[in-house]
Amino acid sequence: METETRSINHEALSKLISQWRSEGKQVLAPKKNGDKVDFAWVTSLAEVSLDQVQTVQSPKSAVFPRVEELFAFHSRDGQVVINERDLAALPGTVIFGLRPCDAAAFAALAAIFTWDSPDSLFSARLAKTVVVGLSCPRADEYCFCTSVGGGPGAATGSDILLTDLGHGAYLVEIVSAKGRQMVQAAPGLFQPSVVKEKETFLAQVDRAFDLDKIAPALVALFDEPAFWAEQSRRCLGCGACAYGGPTCACFDIQDEGGVSGKRLRCWDSCGFGLFTLHTSGHNPRPLQSQRWRQRLMHKFAYMPERQQVIGCVGCGRCSRACPVDMNILEHLRAIAEAKP
Amino acid sequence: MDALQNKAAELLVAKTVQVVIGYGRGSGGAARAVFIREASKAHSLIFDGTCRQNLAVYLMKPEVRQLGKAALVATPHALRTILQLAAENQVADGGLLVLAVPASGDEIVPLATFAAIEAHGAALDNDMSAAEKAELQKFSAMGLEQRRQFWEEQFSRCLKCYACRAACPLCYCTRCTVECNQPQWIPVPAHDLGNLEWNVMRAMHLAGRCVDCGDCSRACPVGIPLHLLNRKLAGDVFAAFHFRSGMAAKVDNAMSTFKPNDPEDFIR
Amino acid sequence: MSDFNPKIVAFVCNWCTYAGADLTGTSRMKYSPQVSIIRFPCTGRIDFMLLLKAFANGADGIIVSGCHPNDCHYSSGNFHARRRWIIFRGLLDFLGIDVHRVQFSWVSAAEGAKWAQLVNETAEHIRGLGPFTGYQRLRGLGVG
Repeated sequence: METETRSINHEALSKLISQWRSEGKQVLAPKKNGDKVDFAWVTSLAEVSLDQVQTVQSPKSAVFPRVEELFAFHSRDGQVVINERDLAALPGTVIFGLRPCDAAAFAALAAIFTWDSPDSLFSARLAKTVVVGLSCPRADEYCFCTSVGGGPGAATGSDILLTDLGHGAYLVEIVSAKGRQMVQAAPGLFQPSVVKEKETFLAQVDRAFDLDKIAPALVALFDEPAFWAEQSRRCLGCGACAYGGPTCACFDIQDEGGVSGKRLRCWDSCGFGLFTLHTSGHNPRPLQSQRWRQRLMHKFAYMPERQQVIGCVGCGRCSRACPVDMNILEHLRAIAEAKP
Repeated sequence: MDALQNKAAELLVAKTVQVVIGYGRGSGGAARAVFIREASKAHSLIFDGTCRQNLAVYLMKPEVRQLGKAALVATPHALRTILQLAAENQVADGGLLVLAVPASGDEIVPLATFAAIEAHGAALDNDMSAAEKAELQKFSAMGLEQRRQFWEEQFSRCLKCYACRAACPLCYCTRCTVECNQPQWIPVPAHDLGNLEWNVMRAMHLAGRCVDCGDCSRACPVGIPLHLLNRKLAGDVFAAFHFRSGMAAKVDNAMSTFKPNDPEDFIR
Repeated sequence: MSDFNPKIVAFVCNWCTYAGADLTGTSRMKYSPQVSIIRFPCTGRIDFMLLLKAFANGADGIIVSGCHPNDCHYSSGNFHARRRWIIFRGLLDFLGIDVHRVQFSWVSAAEGAKWAQLVNETAEHIRGLGPFTGYQRLRGLGVG
């Protein structure tokens, strides 16, 4: 089925964002901060930065915030009273200007958060989020979307996908019902599309490795401690990779307050030394090499097996953010070529 | 660079050390830590202006310690770090071979004992540069409210990824204060108040110990200028107690000791 | 501002300032009721983070007080505390937190009058500075 297309220009995009804002939606878009570009809440197109290859953090915070309140509690007459979140009161969100890799990541997050126990807060946020993607005219050496089933112009996960045609004009691909609704709500801003073919406006991202080789290679390498020790020796065990990654969903739960307070969910990282520390004192992953191995196994072996989705979209953020250059693409190539 | 590569190979062949911790070329042309265990791999060692990471951080990692005796390619900051670690009884005298590389990169100065490192370090310029002083001055000139707004904006972006902690060689506690949960002294979630408390904690626990290598800021994925907190306190420690970290292998840490006449003009 | 009654938390050592505050009471000296006293064995035990926790929990001002130098019941606890405070004040100021909301003092067990004066003047000073809403509003920020 051919995708419905439109076109829109820069000025109309600016009006579109204003319209979303006037509808009470919050808009999450890339914004410059010093020499870094990161997702932030914006009120106008003027604040948005669209020429970077990728942002520091992913837009996963729209559906999986860095810190979120699960519920509040207090005591009354000796009983604990829970005040659940009013899901209907959650604001509508538009994520604007994210790349196709980021758009594809929501499927991985949804696979985790709706797997065995459906997470109502996550699902409510996702239902209220419209994803307006922007395809990639440029890539860098850290990108590997095409090796994990994605691409610089892939529409999966976006409700609308924009492609910059130059001269302030954008191709608009309407990918989903949500996308169609959004276009229909602003008829004057969208014009019929003239350009149908977008390939010439997209980056060239050659496949770096054969994905089919990765899971079996990981399984074969599982009991090769020297391999993992070698790869992970410079890893410092921080959370920069996990927190920046759009598919990373590990979280911690913390109660704050006393007799009354809030239960909060917040990000966690499998790279932290105490991530798997048991109350008994036993830690099944006491070495950084075991934690590094688990990061790769989770993304490329366990998630495909359990949830039929790859836990990585090839955005390259983890590699760019890592203070010691743990380049996941480099490591995946090594895994694909390893002879255990 | 050849001198460094040859020296490393020589050390490994002679089994003087089991690993040479140095810099290699990584992604995007940047330098990254390498652990050379075979003489045949010594050619990948580099040393130039891109080599800034404080490699002393790896001296505290069990996965690296278990490789055996190490030689460490040391920047001036790493030298100071090693002395500070020595002062805190974390490294043994003679247990590490330091390869000090001056800015030119052609000559390697092997330093096998703390005394040798001290002598070498004393000859270097350890003062804050004029630019660094000016940067801190800028903050004084800002005024209280502007400073408050500045740091509130910065900490609102903190993720609590602890890259700053992980990158710092002096943050080596295996059970960090943030991991104590009876009570949960520093909040786990990365909300604004918790981020402030974490950054205050980090700055205070490094006061009088930090050697101002700047790796905390370089590690921060969201670009918070964390090193300014540490540099400010290092300056205050020097001004109030005339103490500078990382100059000697035997010291009483500034914050673990006192003088009867420490300044107290603010105490009523 | 005169309607504003500041909440002041006082972190004091057991052997000097707490005893001094006792003396204030037994001497029937009146002083501002705005202060809540928390007793420590020694000022050396006062973790700098406690001060921030007090602010986060609603304190508008803080008093930290203990034995005079050389009079510490544990010999040197107050000396260690003094060093800590020197550095901590510098950090607070650098971060834009008003150090004038924290009053440090040495009050001995014999200085009942000094305690009363200290509390009264601190209360008035904090009353003038107003509620510490700038810090307290951090609570809840950054929670989705």
